[in-house]
Amino acid sequence: MAGADSDDSLYPIAVLIDELRNEDVQLRLNSIKKLSTIALALGVERTRTELLPFLTDTIYDEDEVLLALAEQLGNFTMLVGGPEYVHCLLPPLESLATVEETVVRDKAVESLRKISHEHSPVDLEVHFEPLVKRLASGDWFTSRTSACGLFSVCYPRVSSTVKAEIRQHFRTLCSDDTPMVRRAAASKLGEFAKVLELEYVKSDIISLFTALASDEQDSVRLLAVEAGVSIATLLPQEDLEALVMPTLRQAAEDKSWRVRYMVADKFSDLQKAVGPEITKNDLVPAFQNLLKDCEAEVRAAAANKVKEFCENLPEDSRETIIMTHILPCVKELVSDTNQHVKSALASVIMGLSTILGKDNTIEHLLPLFLAQLKDECPEVRLNIISNLDCVNEVIGIRQLSQSLLPAIVELAEDAKWRVRLAIIEYMPLLAGQLGVEFFDEKLNSLCMAWLVDHVYAIREAATCNLMKLVEKFGAEWAQNTIVPKVLGMANDPNYLHRMTTLFCINALSEACGQEITTKHMLPVVLKMSNDQVANVRFNVAKSLQKIGPVLDSNCLQTEVKPVLEKLASDLDIDVKYFAQEAISVLALA
Amino acid sequence: MFISMKDPKAMSSAATTPPSVDKVDGFSRKSVRKARQKRAQSSSQFRSQDKPIELVQLPLLKDVSAQEQPELFLKKVQQCCTLFDFMDTLSDLKMKEYKRSTLNELVDYVTVSRGYLTEQTYPEVVKMVSYNIFRTLPPSDSNEFDPEEDEPTLEASWPHLQLVYEFFIRFLESQEFQPSIAKKYIDQKFVLQLLELFDSEDPRERDCLKTVLHRIYGKFLGLRAFIRKQINNIFLCFVYETEHFNGVAELLEILGSIINGFALPLKAEHKQFLVKVLLPLHTVRSLSLFHAQLAYCIVQFLEKDPTLTEPVIRGLLKFWPKTCSQKEVMFLGELEEILDVIEPTQFVKIQEPLFKLIARCVSSPHFQVAERALYYWNNEYIMSLIEENSSVILPIMFASLYRISKEHWNPAISALIYNVLKAFMEMNSALFDELAASYKSDRQRERKKDKEREDLWRKLEELELRRGIQNSDGVIPTY
Repeated sequence: MAGADSDDSLYPIAVLIDELRNEDVQLRLNSIKKLSTIALALGVERTRTELLPFLTDTIYDEDEVLLALAEQLGNFTMLVGGPEYVHCLLPPLESLATVEETVVRDKAVESLRKISHEHSPVDLEVHFEPLVKRLASGDWFTSRTSACGLFSVCYPRVSSTVKAEIRQHFRTLCSDDTPMVRRAAASKLGEFAKVLELEYVKSDIISLFTALASDEQDSVRLLAVEAGVSIATLLPQEDLEALVMPTLRQAAEDKSWRVRYMVADKFSDLQKAVGPEITKNDLVPAFQNLLKDCEAEVRAAAANKVKEFCENLPEDSRETIIMTHILPCVKELVSDTNQHVKSALASVIMGLSTILGKDNTIEHLLPLFLAQLKDECPEVRLNIISNLDCVNEVIGIRQLSQSLLPAIVELAEDAKWRVRLAIIEYMPLLAGQLGVEFFDEKLNSLCMAWLVDHVYAIREAATCNLMKLVEKFGAEWAQNTIVPKVLGMANDPNYLHRMTTLFCINALSEACGQEITTKHMLPVVLKMSNDQVANVRFNVAKSLQKIGPVLDSNCLQTEVKPVLEKLASDLDIDVKYFAQEAISVLALA
Repeated sequence: MFISMKDPKAMSSAATTPPSVDKVDGFSRKSVRKARQKRAQSSSQFRSQDKPIELVQLPLLKDVSAQEQPELFLKKVQQCCTLFDFMDTLSDLKMKEYKRSTLNELVDYVTVSRGYLTEQTYPEVVKMVSYNIFRTLPPSDSNEFDPEEDEPTLEASWPHLQLVYEFFIRFLESQEFQPSIAKKYIDQKFVLQLLELFDSEDPRERDCLKTVLHRIYGKFLGLRAFIRKQINNIFLCFVYETEHFNGVAELLEILGSIINGFALPLKAEHKQFLVKVLLPLHTVRSLSLFHAQLAYCIVQFLEKDPTLTEPVIRGLLKFWPKTCSQKEVMFLGELEEILDVIEPTQFVKIQEPLFKLIARCVSSPHFQVAERALYYWNNEYIMSLIEENSSVILPIMFASLYRISKEHWNPAISALIYNVLKAFMEMNSALFDELAASYKSDRQRERKKDKEREDLWRKLEELELRRGIQNSDGVIPTY
């Protein structure tokens, strides 16, 4: 691209570099973000010989600028002349990978990983791998930390001698004397294991895993747990028991709750990795212990996994294991002292019914659901209600409806508006499952009560809820049960309630269709254009704009237009504005 | 923090507050932040025991003969290895009381007695202390624990723990205590566990730990480098990984006196600690909790070695807060502490970037920031430095001061600015007049430069666009 454009000379590198040196950080940042433009202006040759050396030499800037630089360089391959020259990008990225600030370093490593794929195998050995080695033996912990993320990208494509060196470097970092580096190594152990040949997984990785999993710092040990899961997926079944299980068993009983938490959190992955036999013999008792752990954090993490764990149990013994081992623990968790534990359980417990079938659900699970529906913590009750669909499939919701109702009513009147909001969101679902009759009888009045809630967010959600209900139960139902009540509020002394009528009409007109809108809603809206409160009047204009498309053109011309014209000459500036807007949108001018 | 729980505060008290309160007015309670109850929690490793604990009641030390005392003392120390569950307030009441009185007795005994410290006492004492104090700290109760607002969670077993700490401190301070024997037991592993405990939420415990660590640092020369290195690691992890560690202020306090004792010239290791660990600590969000201790450490370093002034001030400039005005005020305070001890030769080296920053601060729209910066002009020593270098500083400051004197929304700031301008005028009236005269044309020149920059970028973009069209094969990344 050396096409000697005459205007190339207009932008000598000095000017650009001047911009990169500007005192104002914001300007420097802007320039760095436009680095590709600068490179393009310079052409590939000068980018390689002038711009990159400059960038490499002047890395001392603010972290924000460095972050932008690190990100840019990851996309620079074409700008330096393609994969053939990609290694020119390594020196600046190497410096960035040693910076203190974590986000900069991580971005530099990300970019390095990206461009590593653009290196030819030869370049990888000549340029990339030496860089990894330099970082791995850096003085300050930052460069060693960065090195940990680079081993796995170059390992698969280098010769066996270089591979041996890479393994050696990784081993060294796993026993680094700063915990930061050990943590970085532990978090990349699984990834590195995946690119290694199986013999080396067995000979190298296992010993590193065992060492990291018994590190003196719990923050290192807990990262080893995740690596353990990845390693387990790589090994043949017959090796698991000897090579990883002792360490994983030990992790599940670690004295630090953080490590046990990690085990609980990764339990489903672990279960998949080790297969059915080990699950039956080892994981079931381990899971029981985690469900009974002395720290609530651990119990909550385990409770979250109850459904997934049970689902993935081997089919032949699933029911027996659940009934004899898991369910007793679950029963205890229902009355746990910690609300987070109960609420974690409540978010998954309903899922057990599909696994256990109708009879067991009625006999064993139903009492638990009912107990949780009466729980003092609203989050628990909400989680149960939000998962009703699982139970509905198995035993039908009627079994629950007697207890459901008081729970819903209580949540509907909860002092916290966020709780009320959450229950409103489940109303359409509940309505669908409980049927129109039950709904009319028990829940309709609640839905109407929310329309006059003192919190706007609730009134808004209630309006939206009505729309969804109409979509479910149809226009006729709307006309008989909802519309009269909504329209009745148009005469309320409180202007907020009068506005709610308008908001409801906005939401319902489309679902109710032209006839109901024209016959019942429009007259009310038009009448409200005489309201004494300006907010109501301009909302009339907004409503007319909204429901206009549902009405026929005759009605628009004869009824809507005169009212909007009147509002367009209102004394209030906002009313005028919205009336004019409606006129132009509905093309009535 | 470590585990994210869903919105615990939003949900927590819903069930306990009577619904009627909120029904009246949704906003009424917002103003009254509910005082969180002080809660206690105990060690995470404690798993409840089923059987009650029985300890054999031993006679009092003062009731036995002097020869029998050392043996009885050891027995009592061993008894104190037994741990009790303090979350269960009803269990083992009698035995808890017995352990408490035994610990009390041990504290008194090590304070006044002589000759009890036989060689076999050391491992037993260290073992007892380890059993009692080393434990996995429990998870923090709320994820957004704000140490300035929230009450800390207190350690439930404090009635015993306090006495154990007290006993250990007296033991370390005892005249008969011999580090040469004790170092076999108080080793690196012991210190590492001790340092981890500084994350305790209970300020009483951190206070005891501070004394313990200080004594160990003083008496065990072989552990000093190790302790410093581990504190380094804790800080680095705090700054770059977790932003959470409760004992930073306490550790800095110990470091303050450690730095004080550094021999001159400072070793490279110590300078690296200053630049790569202490300065980055300024970036942490919860700086206010340990800023006083941190600033003290920094000033200690500068008093030891004034040539460090330049890297320190450049470090502060690098980490200068961009959005948090509270932190900016703290930084300005620290900078004044540094300027109080700065040597004139060092001042000259750093004055340009420094006063560019101060110019930015005095024109901050946040009046507390502007005010804090303007207070520098009340500091006689700083004034004398400014006066000596007014020919450099005045041109840097002038534009900001001149503009702000007319524009600042806060009248108090305008008044302070006026005084500063007046001071400058008195210092160097010729230069002042010159700057005032060229103010307008300077601004014009700046505007022209801005326009040129815009033009440059526009042309570059055009060029890029043209190239993009020419090179239809390559996708050109633009950001």
